[in-house]
Amino acid sequence: MKIEHILLEKKQVIIKKWFDLILETYPAETAKFMKAQRNRFGNPVGHAISEGIEGLFDELLQGMDHDKIALFLDNIIRVRALQDFTPSKALGFIFILKKVIREELAKKIRDNKLFEELMAFESRVDDLAQISFDIYMKCREKLYKLKASEAKKLTSIIMQRANII
Amino acid sequence: MANKPKPDELLSNINYKPPRTQWTDTPVEFKKGYYCYAGRPNNLEYISLPHGRKWSSTDDDWQLVDNWKEIFLEGMENLLKKFRSFRLFMDICVRCGACADKCHFFIGTGDPKNMPVLRAELLRSIYRRYFTISGKLGKIAGARDLTEDVFKELWYYSYQCTECRRCSVFCPYGIDTAEITMMARELINLLGCCTDWISGPLANCYRTGNHLGLQPHTIKSNFEYMVDDLEEFTGVRVEPTFNRKGAELLFVTPSADFFAEPGMFTCMGYLLLFHKLGLDYTWSTYASEGGNFGLFTSNEMMKRINSKIYAEAKRLGVKWILGGECGHMWRVLHQYMDTMNGPADFLEEPVSPITGTKFENAKSTKMVHITEFTADLIKNGKLKFDKSRNDHIIPTFHDSCNTSRGMGLFEEPRYVINSVCNQFHEMPENTIREQTFCCGSGSGLNAGEIEELRLLGGLPRANAVKYVKEKNGVNMLSCICAIDRAVLPPLVDYWVGDVDVCGVHELVGNALIMEEGEKREIDLRGEPLPGMEEKEEED
Repeated sequence: MKIEHILLEKKQVIIKKWFDLILETYPAETAKFMKAQRNRFGNPVGHAISEGIEGLFDELLQGMDHDKIALFLDNIIRVRALQDFTPSKALGFIFILKKVIREELAKKIRDNKLFEELMAFESRVDDLAQISFDIYMKCREKLYKLKASEAKKLTSIIMQRANII
Repeated sequence: MANKPKPDELLSNINYKPPRTQWTDTPVEFKKGYYCYAGRPNNLEYISLPHGRKWSSTDDDWQLVDNWKEIFLEGMENLLKKFRSFRLFMDICVRCGACADKCHFFIGTGDPKNMPVLRAELLRSIYRRYFTISGKLGKIAGARDLTEDVFKELWYYSYQCTECRRCSVFCPYGIDTAEITMMARELINLLGCCTDWISGPLANCYRTGNHLGLQPHTIKSNFEYMVDDLEEFTGVRVEPTFNRKGAELLFVTPSADFFAEPGMFTCMGYLLLFHKLGLDYTWSTYASEGGNFGLFTSNEMMKRINSKIYAEAKRLGVKWILGGECGHMWRVLHQYMDTMNGPADFLEEPVSPITGTKFENAKSTKMVHITEFTADLIKNGKLKFDKSRNDHIIPTFHDSCNTSRGMGLFEEPRYVINSVCNQFHEMPENTIREQTFCCGSGSGLNAGEIEELRLLGGLPRANAVKYVKEKNGVNMLSCICAIDRAVLPPLVDYWVGDVDVCGVHELVGNALIMEEGEKREIDLRGEPLPGMEEKEEED
């Protein structure tokens, strides 16, 4: 039995646990709301996380389509890059998946001797982390650019009028 | 090497879980990007706010006066006596939680103290402790002592509320949490703790008539630039007048409309429209600010700043007042001006000089919203448009909190947009009209130092824009608020990308036919109009 089959079988359980553990990075009251509110416009953060991790999980199993992965990651990281997280905590949600899989599939991996396959799968998770670093930095750079351009805007009209720029 | 942790140990040391303490026991931590800078003493002094001093919101010692607690509680007692609604809002909340997930700041930041119920509880806990009998029981009755830490927490979260009132739409008791924030800010101001972004524009406005501190000659020269640009783009030379006595109408709009992009494009739209109509109106360099940051400070300050509008209307001898596209300006004009500085019995009941329509809704305030005025012109067939000039624009419309929840202005802007554009798309139902999501920067929160907070607060709005961009190809977020025009561009830039922001009258100005057979190749931003050159060749 291949590890992909087991992961596919257990997809819903893994995703649910992954989602719950990500929500534990938020205060309890917030996590409760993010789980309960199903409307994507009323709960954009919860929606981005739940839609994103499911998409990422599918990509890990299927194609590792870089563009799709970047899109799902972006939707989640763009929020966490601004929320009250250190960079490691903002991106830690990727590594939680390893923890979930190791815990959920421990017995099956041992019984079927799937350690090598697990390592290969985990390398793909590490790839997600690498893409995440780039996205996180882009978001932070964007934030600083916005701050800089806001400051410039305050004076630009005066300078235009004075023919300085 | 031996002392360095292994990768796995590093990972396992990351604590994903936040503290699990009660909110009353979790001390507030001032997070960078979430708090405003402190107001400067010279500005506070200028607007007669007490206890101005040099201080920073991150200082351990805020240099509060010795009897600060007494001042706070006495102030609270006064407000409770003066405003029955305040006492009611302090008493009747049953903590049902209907408001909890309706706040854009809570949705964006995930901070539970941004749930409107909990934000209000910061003040309620003090109310219970000092103004109710059960409060003597202390924590068990939801009461807590007023300490410096409690005051700092109240300050921190009072400037994480935009007074947008979305939560109040869902409250079964009709509690207006914005008014609770207003009361908290009044108390904060008794102790000289106003923010820089609010007190600076207020002092400017009180001194020169507008937030930016523009003096009459600067205002006039800004208009000259705009008039020149308009002539270059449209071939039409408009001739606005200033402080002209005997004009029929006084026009008041936020100063950002004649100083900052993209508001200036909206202002060009007004200028073209009024020119086309031959409207007998004047601008004022004294009542040169529609915005009123007094609303974010205290009711007395709001009254003081607002008073110049009627005073100027009286001085110039106009018949009535027309107001431009602004959000909180209209909350003040629509809900408070009449009782604060009215009755304006020296003015006439507003009647459109073009259509003869009586604006009965403005019978008492004598002030009409520009989209009501323009919608009436269109309805009566007084304007001709070439909608194709806006064909490169696929707009959606952001209802500003104050014009939607504060005055119920839903249809007029949509009617105007649909009259001048061919391709309008609404955002999802629970993000527009009375349920509109705030831009995240209202009520004096448009400060550069809180960019993170504002981007997170604006996330629900941007999320809906992103949806219509992907679904309908929307590329323009139109609105009728100067703060929106200032803050939505960076917001959509961060969350959405490739969507611009405009005022409704910019779209009007683009499409408005000034003379039969006129050719327009450039829009009000000075950009070439796609397809117009080919079209003329075909013609």
